[in-house]
Amino acid sequence: MAELWQLTISEASELLRRREISAVELTRAHLDRIEQVEGNVRAFVTVTEAEATREAEQVDRLRSEGAELGPLAGIPIAIKDVISTKGVRTTCSSRMLEHYTPPFDATVMNRLHDARAIMLGKTNMDEFAMGSSTENSAFFPTRNPWDLERTPGGSSGGSASAVAAGEAMAALGSDTGGSVRQPGALTNTVALKPTYGRVSRFGLIAFASSLDQIGPFTRSARDMALMMQAIAGYDRLDSTSINAPVPNYAEALTGDVKGLRIGVPSEYFVEGTEPGVRAVVEQAIETLKSLGAEVGECSLPHTRYGVAAYYIIAPAECSANLARYDGVKYGFSSKQPAGSLIDYMSETRGAGFGSEVKRRIMLGAYALSSGYYDAYYLKAEKVRTLIKRDFDSAFERFDALISPTSPSVAFKIGEKIADPYAMYLNDVFTIPANLSGICGLSMPGGFSDGLPVGVQLLGPALGEPMLLRIADAFEQATDYHKQMAATPSTKKKGRSR
Amino acid sequence: MTTAEATAATDYELVIGLEVHSQLLTASKMFCRCPADYANAAPNTHCCPICMGFPGVLPVINEQAVDFMIMTALALHCEIPDFSKFDRKNYFYPDLPKGYQISQYDRPLSHDGYLTIHLNGAEKRIGITRVHLEEDTGRLAHLDGGGDRYSLVDLNRAGTPLMEIVSEPDMRSPEEARLYMEKLRSILVYLGVSSGKMEEAALRCDANVSVRPRGQAEFGVKTEIKNMNSFRAVERALTYEAQRQIEELKAGRRIVQSTRGWIEDRGITVLQRVKENSDDYRYFPEPDLPPLVVSREWVARLQAQLPELPDAARERFERDYGLSTYDAEQLTAERAMADYFEAAVKAGKASDTHARAKAVANWTLGDLRRLLNTASLDISVSTITPAGLAELLDLMDAGTISGKQAKDVLEKAFASGAAPSAVVAAEGISQLSDTGELESIVDAVIAENPKAVDDFRAGKSSAVQFLMGQVMKRTKGRARPDVVTPLLQSKLSQA
Ligand SMILES: [Zn+2]
Repeated sequence: MAELWQLTISEASELLRRREISAVELTRAHLDRIEQVEGNVRAFVTVTEAEATREAEQVDRLRSEGAELGPLAGIPIAIKDVISTKGVRTTCSSRMLEHYTPPFDATVMNRLHDARAIMLGKTNMDEFAMGSSTENSAFFPTRNPWDLERTPGGSSGGSASAVAAGEAMAALGSDTGGSVRQPGALTNTVALKPTYGRVSRFGLIAFASSLDQIGPFTRSARDMALMMQAIAGYDRLDSTSINAPVPNYAEALTGDVKGLRIGVPSEYFVEGTEPGVRAVVEQAIETLKSLGAEVGECSLPHTRYGVAAYYIIAPAECSANLARYDGVKYGFSSKQPAGSLIDYMSETRGAGFGSEVKRRIMLGAYALSSGYYDAYYLKAEKVRTLIKRDFDSAFERFDALISPTSPSVAFKIGEKIADPYAMYLNDVFTIPANLSGICGLSMPGGFSDGLPVGVQLLGPALGEPMLLRIADAFEQATDYHKQMAATPSTKKKGRSR
Repeated sequence: MTTAEATAATDYELVIGLEVHSQLLTASKMFCRCPADYANAAPNTHCCPICMGFPGVLPVINEQAVDFMIMTALALHCEIPDFSKFDRKNYFYPDLPKGYQISQYDRPLSHDGYLTIHLNGAEKRIGITRVHLEEDTGRLAHLDGGGDRYSLVDLNRAGTPLMEIVSEPDMRSPEEARLYMEKLRSILVYLGVSSGKMEEAALRCDANVSVRPRGQAEFGVKTEIKNMNSFRAVERALTYEAQRQIEELKAGRRIVQSTRGWIEDRGITVLQRVKENSDDYRYFPEPDLPPLVVSREWVARLQAQLPELPDAARERFERDYGLSTYDAEQLTAERAMADYFEAAVKAGKASDTHARAKAVANWTLGDLRRLLNTASLDISVSTITPAGLAELLDLMDAGTISGKQAKDVLEKAFASGAAPSAVVAAEGISQLSDTGELESIVDAVIAENPKAVDDFRAGKSSAVQFLMGQVMKRTKGRARPDVVTPLLQSKLSQA
């Protein structure tokens, strides 16, 4: 039998239901796994061992009392440190919030608590979710379990690595321009950016409000359906959340893609994508064809303006969203003597934020300045409308689109960090889904030189059931998603932070 | 110096536009569920993670605030577009917890309306540029603790709803500005959307003021005047500022575009900040709130719920009660006073409604208002109830007490809170109307004042008043004049 930490949620859930294993055992297995590999992976900023154990004991007690529990009850998961957790510090991997403990839970946390999932801890990320490699964490970089010299991508690199290394059965991340899907692709995990508004953002610490969306990492499409079932749905506290019924996601997993129309956007198969990545995606297309999908070419002509528009809109919104960190109410506060109020705030922000965060705040403030607003922000919003229209017309002809998730496999730590533009280009295939609000899923598609390659499926707004159906059928025909990294364990006992 | 003197004395014309902020009487704050009423609350007790700007929180629009704003827009004859949105206004200050204020920039909830003021018997329309919704800031307390100066932040007010009403530069005198403010306040209070209390900063007014040579089409350079905390302050500050600008121009200096603060006790405006360029608040659409789509049904529902407004009430008072325009305007300026008036008229026994209405108006605007002002009381909490005033007037009509006695009874009833009839009974106040008793007094007075009798015969009518005064003196004012006068007349003619 496989180790407990190698099980999928669906498998573990069945064992829990039959009481062949206990939630405490399952949780302990993951805490032990964390102990074993965390020194190498460094996925967690905070491990909440005591709370996790207590919650697991409670699940076991409830089950022994005969309570009807859902599929996530007793399932150990990890939470990106950008999601507010009541009583557990939530740092955004920033000095600014290093000692900040939220007095309330994010809506997704309330829903996971209701489902009796077990939180193992908070995962590392690029500071305030700005980055594509998790190297921008103010604390330490997270490593890719497939190759410790490489990054897991970002910004949700901690969550991706935790799931890939068997430190958690699933994890939540946040995707603003690809921050769930790209690390999912680089770590061989299933990673979903839901439709904008499908999952409440209340309690998600904002980077770019009109683009941010919480999304899960799992090791199968079926597990993804279970996670989405728990977290999706309208929230009165989030005025941008969609007030539409939540479908039964597991029911969408028919295993059948016959007759589904899948579009291949030509703009996503241009130069700049590694040949190994391209080969895997082309093979995946062949696989889906062989399963009966109808594949055709389509065009999303405004794709090439996506990155530029994104790097106006996201920084513009972040320049306002991060204005609240002024040292007055919570978080880091400069102790340097300051001549004036503004000096004090500058001192606090200068010392509390890392360089990538400061770069984006400045970019955004500039783009919104009077005299530049029309040329930058307004123009970017127009591009956004055009990109939306591209997708609207594509989805008139296709049920879903297929592309690489990222142009490259996992890159080495330090390889791109000095070149922001090269780093930004990592998100070229993922950004358009955020700009247009549609859903996107990255699934394990195969390997290139031993490193995982993600295949991205894009669906229309609220098209999650379709993406899960295709991913699930693909999984039935392949076994890439079952392959786990041979994460080297470490003798070092010290648990991360 | 009066307004007329200030402007007529010069060849300059004054141009004034007002920006008024009104707090709204909603139950909760603009974007969270905290109570909006923070009066008497200990600092930082009426706040939550949302209005304190914690990481990860999101705003939710208070529908009651939008209702109140639409009602105001309707009362000000504004257009209410189908589509409106909120924007972020970015600036750093410790009383602004998010580092931006949620406001409305280029798509306000309403625009292009007007308000009518009455000036020297004529009507004048003042254009309303826009009315929009935003959130208020917190408050700072600057303290000095033994050489250690520091500031404290209170976020109870942060996130409470604020409505901004911007006028066109249509006012031409400080008096017009005061009338505009009074009328606007009156409308807001009639609507029940604002307490209208300037002294509590529930209603705040900033003014843009410029002067220009008469006949010149372009506006002069304007200054913005802040810190005017009463209607009187608005009129005084604008009078001062207009004069100051005129003197600057006459002296050959130019007006600097700037913000100036009104110093109430010194009666001057002082320079606070020079504005070379307009401030860059980096406005952009609030991404946490979807655009606000105001359906026509929504507007129609609120239109149907609008209460009677001061202009309509004034016209009705003139028509139904036969009041003068002046009286009707005075009575309807305050909704509480108008309500009081109507209740008092209805409570009385008088058969002639117009005569009774006139009497109620006189007493309400005269003696009662004076008593209320002296005691700094609002008419809504008057110890003399409308029924009490009606009772007092009924006692006069019945001849039980004289007009002079009634004033006395009103004061006593006002002070004690007792009903006028109870005061009359307790104090033994009544009129002497017994003809037999009065006749003997009249006889005695005539006998004691032969000179007055001679004067009467010589045709001096003032002699009757003198003798009446003597009768009143003997009866300690209790004699009914309408009984004494004919008695005196007949006795003198016989004597
Ligand atoms: Zn609040």
